[in-house]
Amino acid sequence: MGTDDALTTRRGPALRALGLLAAVAVLAVLCLLSVWLGSKEIPVTAVWDVLWHNDGSADAVVIHSVRIPRTLLGLAVGAALGLAGALMQALTRNPLAEPGLLGISAGAGFAIVFAIAVLGVTSLYSYIWFAFAGALAASIVVYLLGNRGRTEASPVRLALAGVAVTALLTSFTSALVLTDPVALNRYRFWSAGSLAGPVSGSLVRVLPFLLVGMVLALASAPALNSMALGDDTATALGRRLGLVRLQGVMAVTLLTGAAVAVAGPIMFIGLVIPHVARFITGPDHRWLLPYSMVLAPCLLLAADIVGRLVTRPAETQVGIVVSLLGAPFFIALVRRRRRMAEL
Amino acid sequence: MLRLDRAHGRTTFRTGRLSGVVRPRMIMVGLVMLVVVAVPFCYGMTIGSFPISLPSVVSAVFGAGEPGPVYIVRELRLPRAVVGLLAGLAFGMSGAIFQTVTRNPLASPDIVGINAGAAAAAVAGITLGFGSSAVLGVLGGLGAGLLVYLLSWRRGTTGYRFILVGVGVWAMCTSITDFLMAKAQIFEAQRAMGWLVGSLDDRDWSAVQPLMIALVVLTPAALVLGRWMRLLQLGDEVATGLGTPVRVAHLALLVTGVGMATFATGATGPIMFVALVGPQIAQRLCGMAWPPLVVSGLTGSAVVLSADVLSRVILPSASLPVGVVTGALGAPVLLWLLTRR
Repeated sequence: MGTDDALTTRRGPALRALGLLAAVAVLAVLCLLSVWLGSKEIPVTAVWDVLWHNDGSADAVVIHSVRIPRTLLGLAVGAALGLAGALMQALTRNPLAEPGLLGISAGAGFAIVFAIAVLGVTSLYSYIWFAFAGALAASIVVYLLGNRGRTEASPVRLALAGVAVTALLTSFTSALVLTDPVALNRYRFWSAGSLAGPVSGSLVRVLPFLLVGMVLALASAPALNSMALGDDTATALGRRLGLVRLQGVMAVTLLTGAAVAVAGPIMFIGLVIPHVARFITGPDHRWLLPYSMVLAPCLLLAADIVGRLVTRPAETQVGIVVSLLGAPFFIALVRRRRRMAEL
Repeated sequence: MLRLDRAHGRTTFRTGRLSGVVRPRMIMVGLVMLVVVAVPFCYGMTIGSFPISLPSVVSAVFGAGEPGPVYIVRELRLPRAVVGLLAGLAFGMSGAIFQTVTRNPLASPDIVGINAGAAAAAVAGITLGFGSSAVLGVLGGLGAGLLVYLLSWRRGTTGYRFILVGVGVWAMCTSITDFLMAKAQIFEAQRAMGWLVGSLDDRDWSAVQPLMIALVVLTPAALVLGRWMRLLQLGDEVATGLGTPVRVAHLALLVTGVGMATFATGATGPIMFVALVGPQIAQRLCGMAWPPLVVSGLTGSAVVLSADVLSRVILPSASLPVGVVTGALGAPVLLWLLTRR
């Protein structure tokens, strides 16, 4: 705890607010780059003109109907995954926690494969709702199992329940996928994670869930600060642990369920970004959550741009690039931080 | 000269320089687990497209009886059962070692990238068409383990840094696998997917041999290192205070654990979840504060062999890979154990 105190006092609120502004600026630049760069080369001046006047030219169509929705999707999905990851690490008090851990991605994946292989669903619109329902069901089951008995959901029990449910659902998914080549063919692209959304209106459909999730998540920051001191201290400070955990799990479910439904299980971003944010802000969740929310889309958009450029005109899915870019960075961070174990 | 003492509600034994605590419950669970392993081991050899009765199987194992059943049992079913037994043992013990050293129940070879490294190497072999997936699996797993160890090395390595670096390596290996899968033709993708979930199909004695040698070397090593495992469980500071060479102990234990997981993965593909769930089930059944090594291994074997038999009984035609069933079988047991208390 000693280093954490030092971090808190060394970086005042003004400095941290400035840092957040800088991160938002970087994000804005990345948004512009994401609109500018792609498999079709469009001069930057033309991009700027078309951005404000949709004149119906080919470039305008590319920008307005492909690149802007894709950028917005990246923003929303990134922010959701970053927040969800930070929230989960706080709730489970496990630095390894990530949305995949609570069975949410596995629930969504199983629901999609089930819809394709058993129910014969072919419309891309319906995938989203199946994925969302699966994510929701899985996390409710995990929460109930982790919370059963007289004791409250302890971090380790919650995490173990999540891993067990993930394993169960992944097995079912593999079983379905292995016996159905058509389902495998769709599943392997969805499971790699991509922002090249199959449906342009998909973001609008999940946006309400994302917004509710974000509000719930940001509102829980002070309670999470108390909980970081341990369950007993948090109770003594007047926090109702069950309620805080319920709020947290609801937020995580809404955020990751929606994100996974539209973009596939983009792994690793929810794990790595909170660590990066904590490295900058220290352990105060009132700063940690907003930082995670801004930094995660930075990584996601950067990875998406790289994925579009390296194998032009084909694309590499953003989930793959996120891991390839993020993992070495994460390892370097772990090596630098001497006190990582205490985070 | 064996001496038994009873103090503070525990029985201790001492013979020469060796001493320890007698844990009746652990011994009981271990014996029960032996039976739980033996049943699917024997039953698995009797079922198949050519059913053979149990007495015939036993005599066929020793080479007696008609040539047909003898061939089927000795060349097809016995190696399959032995691979399952040994792989389960290796995964279970390796999981117990990782979970004890890192003091995190989620730390298993699946999570720190060992299995993912093996998978990436093997999938590269399958989709790009070179090498044998067993050899590539062993090389990939050892490579990933070495990478994790070297990258987390900084004046010694702590449990947590090892896991976090492992998660990084896991993510990289997984994304390489995903990339290869997405670029592959559908036929190769299907074959790779079959390997990725782990399978005991078509395993012969050539798959048994390397795993057997690895276990013969590594199991005694793990048992000797068991004393350090119990001390490391108390935390690095306490362990140092009690005179444990913490760094040497970490290195030796992790090398042992990586070796077990890698050779098991090379023989069967990455059977997920066994290394995580075996030790957790064993620990809860024994009512102990850390996963007991041998019982964890036996639990791993029980999970793998039961899963294999189950998949062949339920879907004899589809040959569902054992890796699919281990999750379906082990997960409810873990969930039940979690909700029991």
